[in-house]
Amino acid sequence: MKIIIPIKRVLDPYTQARVDKQTQMVDLTNAKMAMNPFCEIAVEEALKLKESGAASETIAVSIGTDKTVDTLRTALAMGVDRAIFIKTEGDLDLQPLHLGKILASIIKREEAGLVIMGKQAVDNDNNQTGQIISGLLGYSLGTFISKFSLSDDAQSVEVSREIDSGIETRRLHLPAIVTVDLRLNEPRYASLPNIMKARSKPLETLELSSLDIDVTPRVKVIGVVESGTKDRAAKQVSSAKELLEELTQMGVL
Amino acid sequence: MSALVLIELHGAEISANSRAAVTAATQLSGAVDALVLTNDAANASAVAAISGVNTVKVVADAALEHVSAGIASKIIAGVMSDYQYLVAGSATYSKNIVPVVGALLDVQPISDVCEVKSPNTFARPLYAGNIMATVESSDEKILLTVRATSFDHAEDGGSAAIEELSVDVPESNSTFISLQESQSERPELTTADRIVSGGRGLGSKENFGLIEQLADKLDAAVGASRAAVDAGFISNDYQVGQTGKVVAPKLYMAVGISGAIQHLAGMKDSQVIVVINNDGDAPMARMADLVWNTDLFGAVQDLIDNA
Repeated sequence: MKIIIPIKRVLDPYTQARVDKQTQMVDLTNAKMAMNPFCEIAVEEALKLKESGAASETIAVSIGTDKTVDTLRTALAMGVDRAIFIKTEGDLDLQPLHLGKILASIIKREEAGLVIMGKQAVDNDNNQTGQIISGLLGYSLGTFISKFSLSDDAQSVEVSREIDSGIETRRLHLPAIVTVDLRLNEPRYASLPNIMKARSKPLETLELSSLDIDVTPRVKVIGVVESGTKDRAAKQVSSAKELLEELTQMGVL
Repeated sequence: MSALVLIELHGAEISANSRAAVTAATQLSGAVDALVLTNDAANASAVAAISGVNTVKVVADAALEHVSAGIASKIIAGVMSDYQYLVAGSATYSKNIVPVVGALLDVQPISDVCEVKSPNTFARPLYAGNIMATVESSDEKILLTVRATSFDHAEDGGSAAIEELSVDVPESNSTFISLQESQSERPELTTADRIVSGGRGLGSKENFGLIEQLADKLDAAVGASRAAVDAGFISNDYQVGQTGKVVAPKLYMAVGISGAIQHLAGMKDSQVIVVINNDGDAPMARMADLVWNTDLFGAVQDLIDNA
């Protein structure tokens, strides 16, 4: 069984996003970029399946400009077998519906039995692409998973989903798409020898235009503003009594 | 220009985020209907009482109790032929289903809407809430999930008609096995007026019990930072933050939480923020209204004794 792991290059999550006053868009020039943290967890889970003998091949896929190759090389260095790079002309505003269509075409071409991906990218926070692929391909879907196991006959997977009311466990018949949550695993670091080895692993480049997918934006970003946390008064208190009195005065107790 | 609100039910109980979705829908359309997918048609009667809803469309089938996104989306996509908008409250229930509906209808859904600016223009957060974007949809139909903390929760007072739809429920390619529900006698986290939240600073699951005691004393819900959840102090459904629950209570008391960006994104709209910590320089302290910089165990015990 082949596993496809769609991954995304995003602003490093420990970096504060800033708005470029001129373009009125998020400024990514010279910003530190990284693999989306949820994608790292997806890569780790795919590698564990490969190591257990359940998967024949692991394939990372990413979409973007030339710099996206860095992120694919990171996946290869972590241990993924090969990579597919969908190259765009310039920075396109690709939305989950576009990404879903592009990825669905690759998943079909590779006849992958399983797609493992992050539940959301930490830049646009859409939490949509995995669900959209399942809708397009009619594959079974397990979102927000924190536990994963392949059945002995390799026909289905059992997943635990972190949902608002607790933990839901479902059996998904293959082919399936799972989107991973934070607590599924601890992603590994790429070792130096593996970083060297990754340079010679196969990386296929496909021009987005060759896939014949309409990527006209459906939703246009008109503008962005920074809405980060505002510093508050931070009045110091020094006893339980004082704190409770303040809260009573503020009318919140 | 009619709008359909996808209602999330737990048994017969309407999820608070669905009431926020009704409010958002009334800002978009004068003709708001609700859709209920349930195992028991009787569960729909509570929905008929929500103010602002004209008709409650009910699809009832035993197979819908723990419905898969695949089944739900096919039913919803069919019902959507009569509607321009689909609105649902942001929650794992809707996030699982609405994008699949988008794929079936060839529409780009819009997640986590915080404000309706015009019939096709919306504000939504990016980068864990550090950026607020204004986005405009050019799709013919518009699919939205809306933040429950950004819209008033529509109250009871209406008397909508109930219309049962006869739909052939398609075969599912996934099967429900179990739901391990978190049991709590306390107020529900996303709708509570007061929240006492604990972080890694508590140090252990046993110590986290102090947070629960204080919450009970203040009639508050219990929350937690991701670090506390990851450390196993409490289960994931108590997690406040961008990847957990987004809350905006009247009082948010953060105990032993340093304040990672993703945690702040989940609670920054709280009315009054209290920080109890032994590190006065933590990011959490800067956004507090009241700070008690002290040994947190003694402080929480004092509060339990004095409240």
